[in-house]
Amino acid sequence: MPSFVMVEKCDGCKGQDKTACMYICPNDLMVLDKERMKAYNRDPSMCWECQCCVKICPQQAMDVRGYSDFIPLGASVVPLRGSQDIMWTVKFRDGSMKRFKFPIRTTEEGTAKPTAGYPTHDDLKSEALATEPASLGLQAVPTRK
Amino acid sequence: MTNFQTVEVKTDLLIVGGGFSACGAATEAAYWAKKHNLKVTLVDKAALDRSGAVAMGLSAINQYIGIRDGANTCEDYVRYVRQDLMGVSREDLVYNIARHVDSTVHLFEKWGLKIWLDEKGKYVHEGRWQLMINGESYKILIAEAAKNALKEAGGEVFERIFIVEPLVENNKIVGAVGFSTREEKFYVFKAKAVMCTMGGAVHVFRPRSVGEGFGRSWYPPFNTGSSAYFTIKAGAEMTCQEVRFIPVRFKDAYGPVGAWFLLFKSRAVSSVGGEYMAVRKAELENWKPYGLAKPIPANLRNYLGMLDVEAGLGPLYMETSEAIGKIADQFKDDPKAFKKKMKELESEAWEDFLDMTISQAHLWAAQNVKPEEKHSEIAACEPYFIGSHSGASGAWVSGPEDLATPYKWGYCNMTTVEGLFAAGDASGASSHKFSSGSHAEGRIAGKAAIKYIVEKGQEPKIDDAKIEALKAKILAPLARYDQYKGLTTDPAINPNYLLWRQFMDRLQKIMDEYAGGVTAAFKTSKPNLERALELFVYLKEDSEKLGASDIYSLERCWENIHRMWQGEAHIRTILFRDETRWPGYYFRADTPKMDDKNWLCFVNCKWDPATDKWNLMKKDIWTMPGV
Repeated sequence: MPSFVMVEKCDGCKGQDKTACMYICPNDLMVLDKERMKAYNRDPSMCWECQCCVKICPQQAMDVRGYSDFIPLGASVVPLRGSQDIMWTVKFRDGSMKRFKFPIRTTEEGTAKPTAGYPTHDDLKSEALATEPASLGLQAVPTRK
Repeated sequence: MTNFQTVEVKTDLLIVGGGFSACGAATEAAYWAKKHNLKVTLVDKAALDRSGAVAMGLSAINQYIGIRDGANTCEDYVRYVRQDLMGVSREDLVYNIARHVDSTVHLFEKWGLKIWLDEKGKYVHEGRWQLMINGESYKILIAEAAKNALKEAGGEVFERIFIVEPLVENNKIVGAVGFSTREEKFYVFKAKAVMCTMGGAVHVFRPRSVGEGFGRSWYPPFNTGSSAYFTIKAGAEMTCQEVRFIPVRFKDAYGPVGAWFLLFKSRAVSSVGGEYMAVRKAELENWKPYGLAKPIPANLRNYLGMLDVEAGLGPLYMETSEAIGKIADQFKDDPKAFKKKMKELESEAWEDFLDMTISQAHLWAAQNVKPEEKHSEIAACEPYFIGSHSGASGAWVSGPEDLATPYKWGYCNMTTVEGLFAAGDASGASSHKFSSGSHAEGRIAGKAAIKYIVEKGQEPKIDDAKIEALKAKILAPLARYDQYKGLTTDPAINPNYLLWRQFMDRLQKIMDEYAGGVTAAFKTSKPNLERALELFVYLKEDSEKLGASDIYSLERCWENIHRMWQGEAHIRTILFRDETRWPGYYFRADTPKMDDKNWLCFVNCKWDPATDKWNLMKKDIWTMPGV
């Protein structure tokens, strides 16, 4: 179905204005039902199954049931995203399981420095972008005479 | 609807969009803006951390030249793109992106992107230009640098605002308008220059899956043709609107095949076992010189597979088990080393899916697919508009100032509308930028836009009445729904309005059946295209009869109007070009051959806001001397 929300686990992000899933969905699909204080996917057929909502949910209340058009029931692919890596648990229809862990970044969250410590310059007219040519690892930006 | 408050925001540079090219533009523009005391504002329809085509992540960087190591030159890349696009590319733009893209990749690495390194500390390549990464959080990193850059420069980010229309006065951009998708607010952004970076277009054509799987497009469903609409409606000249892209991927979930082709050296075969690239080799002669040179263009590889499907030889398969078997043979005397190698390859193959197409992992798990035991089906997806990949559609932009290119009328990456810049999927004829090149192009355009503002920037002037008229037009679907919804017992069926999904279905039906979609086996012809244009007259009229029950529906209404304009530009351009040049993207059955004498050229088009007429024209191709 794309992404779905488990009733038991969803706490509506504790009555905030917007839930984490609403905040992150790139296609604006997640909505908070304020009466039940539960979130839901308002249009499963527009869902890309990117799992951004699943990864961000503080309650791990979200999962994906594969598109009914072509994905048989019974499998699951569940991410557990930390600050440095992500662990995936892939459960097959026949019950077998695979687990993978991949790094997601090499730096602390929030620390990406735009010029990354490369020397910069002041020449608005040159072809060299702010950190160039240093960030190219060259003496000058290539050009054609 | 009348409750919508108007919020006005003034800025120097307005960046519309939030993907890689937008983030590149923001990062670079912020640096120069700070030096010149200018303000940069970015507006995203989603949340910057996970917006745009890389929202899910990516498993590779597809453009890296390797200039510092002497691996390749920018000229090599120009030749590569020329060959893949059957001779049609803006070589000045391709060169310009190529000479800056390595610095973008080096920045990514410093920001925290894990690029695989070999034992000597060199990047691990998937192919000549492709680097392997652990890219689950690729977009988050790139957004983080952009946000930090804007923050340092006193810029601003607006999220969940959907930009609908450009503001133009006398062929000069002065801003953009749209609405919040969270509250009843209409936004007016006034700017001295505007950067259009709103991605490509998906769901213009009907996808293969039409039920719940409708959303499983290869490129994301939130790429809704907004770049094309914004630039066309601003009056900008557009290019390569015929050059759609059709990827061949694992069938239905559209998982990437790159790792299987490049890392595992897997073959693609028909159901009778023939490798279509070998069996149908003679066909390539018809598409020379491109058919006979290497690498064989993506569209021709598609085409040979399509010929097999047309001959009833489908399904097509990726021979995964055979490929793994061959690797096993290499290690037949060392089972321990084989086990180690397989574990490594298995992890790489699954990460390829999990980083960028999680559904494919899900599909394999649900079908108990063990790639070492059984092959997997591949297929051509539906058509997409994606100027950053192997398609080429986008705005016609000015070339780099230091190159002797004939395409120069102002600042680099400026469209034919003064002050309106474009990058990524929004800028045309500079294919094969992918994520890194789009970011690099955003940086190029970001610096150029600040230079434009410093040298020529003027206070934006716009008639208030014009803004009020746009506000009424943009919010009209809400008012229309309110006015008529009480007429019927089910508000979904009403003679006075169409809902967005109904309208979208009609658009997709026309595109699919007449303009060479999946059900037409990617074939079309002059009579089919002329019929499509007849039906478009009604479609366009009915686009003014859309009804929206809430802000979400309003967002979807306008996204589909954006798609409609992309569709029309496409139909008109395919109709104009009387030949077939990219047979694996679309086939003009009435002009089935490539005609270099008459059509080795760009086709550009321009919609005139004053007369509501389209003008189509040929433009000469400039090839880089000595390349």
